[in-house]
Amino acid sequence: MAHSVRRDAPELPDFSLLKRLARDQLIYLLEQLPGRKDLFIEADLMSPLDRIANVTTLKQHDVDKLYKVEHKPIVSTSDQMVRGCFLYPLTNWFLFPDVVNADKYYVILSVYFDISYSYFDVTTDEWSFYLLPLDDDIISLELPEFFRDYFLEGDQRWVRTAGSALHLLHSVYGPFSKVYGIGRCSKMAYESWREQVEEGEQRARQAEIGNVFLIDRDVDLVTPLCSQVVYEGLVDDIFRIKCGCVEFCPDVTSSDKSIKVMLNSQDKVFNEIRNEHFSQVFGFLSQKARNLQTAYDKRSGMNIKQMKTFVSEELKGLKQEHRLLSLHIGASESMMKKKTKQDFQELLKTEHSLLEGFEIRECISYIEEHINRQVSMVESMRLLCLLSLTENGLLPKDYRSLKAQFLQSYGIEHLLTFSNLKQLGLLVEQQPGETLTVMESRVGKLVNDKTAGKLTDAFSSLAKKSNFRALGRRLNLVPKSDEEYDLRVPRDMAYIFSGAYIPLSCKLIEQVLERDGWTGLEEVTRMLNGHEFAVTAGSNGSDARVKTDSQRIILVMFLGGCTFSEISALRFLGREKGIKFIVVTTAITNSARLLESMLDNHA
Amino acid sequence: MWASLASHLAYHVTTVINSVCVCVCVCVCVCVCVCVCVCVCVYRKIELYEMGWSLRDGLKECLVAAAPYGGPIALLRQPQRPSSSARPQLEIYSSSGANMASFPWKSGPVRQLGWTVCDDLLCIQEDGTVLIYDLFGAFKRHFSMGNEVVQNQVLEAKVFHSPYGTGVAIVTGASRFTLATNIDDLKLRRLPEVPGLQGAPSCWVVLTQDRQTKVLLANGVDLYILDNTSCTPVVRQTQTTYSLLCLIILALSPLTVCVFQTPPGLSPQACSIVNMAVSFSYKYLALFTDSGHLWMGSANLKDKLSEVDTKVRTPPKQMVWCRRPKSQQPSVVIMWDRLLLVAGECTDTIQYTLDEESVCVAELDGVRIIGGSRHELLQEVPSACQDIFKIASMAPGALLLEAHKEYEKSSQKADEYLREIKEQSVLGEAVRQCVEAAGYEHEPETQKTLLRAASFGKCFLSNYPPEPFVSMCRDLKVLNSVREYTVGIPLTHTQYKQMTVQVLIDRLVYRKLYPLAIEICRYLKTPEYQGVSRVLKHWACCKVQQKEEPDESIAHAVSVKLGEAAGISYSEIAARAYECGRTELAIKLLEFEPRSGEQVPLLLKMKRSQLALSKAIESGDTDLVYTVVTYLKNEMNRGDFFMTLRNQPVALSLYRQFCKHQEQDTLKDLFNQDDDHQELGNFYVKASYKEKKLEARLSLLQSAVDEYNKAKNEFAAKATEEEMKLLRFQRRLDEEKGEALLGLSLQETLHALLTSNFHKQAEQLYRDFRVPDKRYWWLKLTALAEKDDWEEMEKFAKSKKSPIGYLPFVEVCVKQHNKYEAKKYVSKVTPEQKVKAHLAIGDLEGAAEAAIERRSEGEISTVLSRCSPTTDRALLERLNRARSTAAKK
Repeated sequence: MAHSVRRDAPELPDFSLLKRLARDQLIYLLEQLPGRKDLFIEADLMSPLDRIANVTTLKQHDVDKLYKVEHKPIVSTSDQMVRGCFLYPLTNWFLFPDVVNADKYYVILSVYFDISYSYFDVTTDEWSFYLLPLDDDIISLELPEFFRDYFLEGDQRWVRTAGSALHLLHSVYGPFSKVYGIGRCSKMAYESWREQVEEGEQRARQAEIGNVFLIDRDVDLVTPLCSQVVYEGLVDDIFRIKCGCVEFCPDVTSSDKSIKVMLNSQDKVFNEIRNEHFSQVFGFLSQKARNLQTAYDKRSGMNIKQMKTFVSEELKGLKQEHRLLSLHIGASESMMKKKTKQDFQELLKTEHSLLEGFEIRECISYIEEHINRQVSMVESMRLLCLLSLTENGLLPKDYRSLKAQFLQSYGIEHLLTFSNLKQLGLLVEQQPGETLTVMESRVGKLVNDKTAGKLTDAFSSLAKKSNFRALGRRLNLVPKSDEEYDLRVPRDMAYIFSGAYIPLSCKLIEQVLERDGWTGLEEVTRMLNGHEFAVTAGSNGSDARVKTDSQRIILVMFLGGCTFSEISALRFLGREKGIKFIVVTTAITNSARLLESMLDNHA
Repeated sequence: MWASLASHLAYHVTTVINSVCVCVCVCVCVCVCVCVCVCVCVYRKIELYEMGWSLRDGLKECLVAAAPYGGPIALLRQPQRPSSSARPQLEIYSSSGANMASFPWKSGPVRQLGWTVCDDLLCIQEDGTVLIYDLFGAFKRHFSMGNEVVQNQVLEAKVFHSPYGTGVAIVTGASRFTLATNIDDLKLRRLPEVPGLQGAPSCWVVLTQDRQTKVLLANGVDLYILDNTSCTPVVRQTQTTYSLLCLIILALSPLTVCVFQTPPGLSPQACSIVNMAVSFSYKYLALFTDSGHLWMGSANLKDKLSEVDTKVRTPPKQMVWCRRPKSQQPSVVIMWDRLLLVAGECTDTIQYTLDEESVCVAELDGVRIIGGSRHELLQEVPSACQDIFKIASMAPGALLLEAHKEYEKSSQKADEYLREIKEQSVLGEAVRQCVEAAGYEHEPETQKTLLRAASFGKCFLSNYPPEPFVSMCRDLKVLNSVREYTVGIPLTHTQYKQMTVQVLIDRLVYRKLYPLAIEICRYLKTPEYQGVSRVLKHWACCKVQQKEEPDESIAHAVSVKLGEAAGISYSEIAARAYECGRTELAIKLLEFEPRSGEQVPLLLKMKRSQLALSKAIESGDTDLVYTVVTYLKNEMNRGDFFMTLRNQPVALSLYRQFCKHQEQDTLKDLFNQDDDHQELGNFYVKASYKEKKLEARLSLLQSAVDEYNKAKNEFAAKATEEEMKLLRFQRRLDEEKGEALLGLSLQETLHALLTSNFHKQAEQLYRDFRVPDKRYWWLKLTALAEKDDWEEMEKFAKSKKSPIGYLPFVEVCVKQHNKYEAKKYVSKVTPEQKVKAHLAIGDLEGAAEAAIERRSEGEISTVLSRCSPTTDRALLERLNRARSTAAKK
């Protein structure tokens, strides 16, 4: 019959290759300055660099010491000469008016001078490092500034970088057979990539990645603004995961110092709970603890020989697991303390009402109270934006009063923040006449599709708007709230938001993959401001029909960042459909990062 | 000695010396090809060309430079009688002596000539200026080796090659060395002073080791290594006392231990070093002393290979290494006026007499000797050739060659030879030897004989891979065509493999031998990118320089020829046309360029900036856009510049980003130009935060208000005005009461006032700024609770009806752990919140009462969930009962 049998998901390609490429190039560049030298790097680059080449590797290649670049005179170990390499991100591309080539990401300055500056020699090289594999299925471009630069400032300089990243992936793991995308930036990145493919040589090889989906962050701004309740997302919201690494503070580790922990699939415990709804995590952890105890208990009935094999084979693994388990239990406890309080429940309730569109008045007064009581500024702003996005803007009266109260609470400088939010369409005032859109969607059901389309066109010209409600209905994003949602056995992607909302971005991906294109989604794309595309990139279409393993590996590229919740949702979708998703993102984001990038107070 | 050597003479013998059954193959050019052997190594001298030039005095009184890899030869002939009117003559020849350029030298006196890796001629003048000419004597550019050189003059100069490119090293009259490792990326390095050096050193060489370029120099008895940072003396352990001295020095300064190096085993007789040579690969070094000793060793001075007493005490004219890669035998060719000497590992040397003035050119696998009438190659005979052509050789290759010869003669002996090879099962080896040897031979006939033999042998092998044979045939065809007299590039197979086809193509292109280059590319099936297209591009670049042809016809010719070739960069060709002053032609050619990004730099150069901007944007490369924008900014006046940007949003936003980081004031002008009052307002607000002084801050905010008003953004204007009002208020209060309030938000100010008991002022703010009641109540409530001012709180609660209800009172008190106070407010809470209030203070019974009273199922459940096993049974039952009745409803 129609549906093919669900097969086991295919193996993911090996992304450590990307790391190796970057490392080899870095070492090559460092060796351009022969002999012992120091390495000076920007503070922001510390963690990504550590993922690529750690201190031991650098030491092996004649790097004496690592310094953070500070704007003060350099004192080196050798008393006479300074020889070193400076590693700058090209984000500060204004520093290098002569070397602008943002296609490459970092600049290495090999510097060589004596303290009196009588002899000075500087050479510049570029280190093209733009893809950092954070995990088996997450690759980050580490460009947190992408969101603001592109969507707010209209600065397109990272588009080419995205294109180049895609090109690199294509040349190593491609050729891709089909590319889908939505959004203006996606389209430009796609074109930039195509250009680079045409310029370069083409090799025929076995593809490891079949299809690609490009999506702009501003297609779906609602999802990243929701509170995350999946374990990994929650850890990110509370402790902030940086480059796949989190620093657990002392009250988590129950010792007096904080510990840095790598969070990825290598961590067995974490790997099993990362995608779980938070309410399930505790049960899982305690079960795990019990299993561990039984494993330990096995010792009691052992003879010496068994004991020996136990110690040599199992004990180390158990110990490791034990350590991780206690860490995650500590983290969960700490999160529980913060999140199970009354306030959090109410916050979630408000969020869900906003998503469902019920009791908007109550929500507004909740937000008002939030602002008046000066609960966290970012939280307040997040709720305001969520309100605006789901309601197609605020009523002029509410808009003014909430804004005024916000300014009173958090300071006048947020006048600039509001202007940014408005420009991005995150927080807007309803234009008179916009209420018609609600009418229009009702009309749409009555008259035939064509006239409805015309109507929509007419209305969409009125203002940029989110159309969240209509989208929600069309794509069935908000499940009916009257049914009880069993979080233990999630039935759809909504579980990542406690069953209240299926993330729009992931739903779009699901729909497009199911339909193998955008046919049937015309109305949806119209509401999302269009710019959708689906291109068969492979040489012949008949090849694409063959469902090889690579066809079931799909690369999703988020331009402007994605959240851990979305990644969890995609993993869930992958398990359901027997496919694997690889997420490439300009950066891992969450509501706080997103909104903080909108702030404008350099005071 | 001669007799003993004779038995080793290989393959120059015309008569067949028959021993056992081996015939030694006959070589064609008997007269020119003489093989001599030293120890186990056999050397041969092959004549490459009879020189086509007609030099009146040979190479006498000439400055000569010949490039390696069979490169061109440059001669600078000094005039017979030095007078002001007579100019020296500069002549450039190919290796076969064909004239390529010849012109009188009009610049200053030249110290040294040299060739770069791209076949450009370097003329290093006395004043440190280096002039660069191409193969055909056209001036390209010049650079200087530093200002100080002008005064001190260049005493000696050397041109050297390294992985970084071609470098130049000079020593000045002040005895200082200056290096440039790559003349295409000129960075002058002035090396440290050499202690005790006056004038030029007796001899010196440039070494490239560990990616560093060093100078090794000898000043009389002393050897020094000069690198970027230091001058290290090389201590020679000639006498034991000297070593003792050394030990003392070592003991005194333990830090310097590592820097002492010595050429090991340089015998005590050796005194002053008069000449030195470094091998092609910079791995080996040879030193010649005034006692006539030759020391050979590794260039890092760690190992000694051998030492030979040449018994000639005059300093040699030239000394070069002669060794092929992978050969174990060190050997150096030393040249005096009439004598050429090959010195190897053992004490025997080979001597040749020279009948004319000659120059030696070190090659990868030998030495070329250029004389006035002849051009010869001296090299160690490769082992494959030795095996085959050695007299009485029983090597498989030799047998196979003989077998094939018999086969040609239709003799049955062929079978015998073959059987012999096959019995030892070395037929594969025989074929391999023949193929390899063919590569080392210069005469096409010999090559053919060997290859035919190989092909004959191959017939009897079932699975011999064809690649080596086929590629050797190809290589030889290419090599023979470039060795051709008219082309004059006498490459050996080893050199060809080292230099790669790409470089060979380049060299042909530099010589403008386009048809041959294209033929070779096609023959070798080089990918179009690296092959035909590249050649065509060079051809086109050359074509556009032909001044006499009209633009139209050149553009047409170029487009017709290049039409179908892939990967041609028309912009480069256009750039060349522009350089020759043919702007119109350049624009015509640019139209052929498919990639818009490539057109930008040239368009800018030609001052078509508007077009350049739109092309840059079209290319999607923001760096390019940025380049054009910076260019425009400097070129145009401000108004025009802004107008241009206005029409190009991509460029505008990029420029704005730049201004935000670098030029705030320009940003303001930009907004002004656009009448963007909203952004201007934002700009002023932002600026106000950077301002420390209050007055300046207020005036900036006032400007913001004005702009917001112009932008009809009343809300922002009002908010800004209020901010100003607040700032003034804060300042007044700061002055009066000494509170640090300035810069706080309204809410923070209120909070600060309330906690410091300035209730009156807080009231005033509350009224002035129309703070919502709810906010004010919340604020006051928390402030009072934080201070534990319960009395005031009670008063406050009773002052009027609370707009936020009384539940917050309860919660705030509980938060401060004051249940007693909390209880006071429970009664005031609205019925809907009663349950919550009771629960907050932990009064379960009260909560139960309230819930039952309200008959709300949800609330009863909440209360129940809070019950613990210790709670009163009766209460539980009541609650359960109440819930069931509530549920029935």
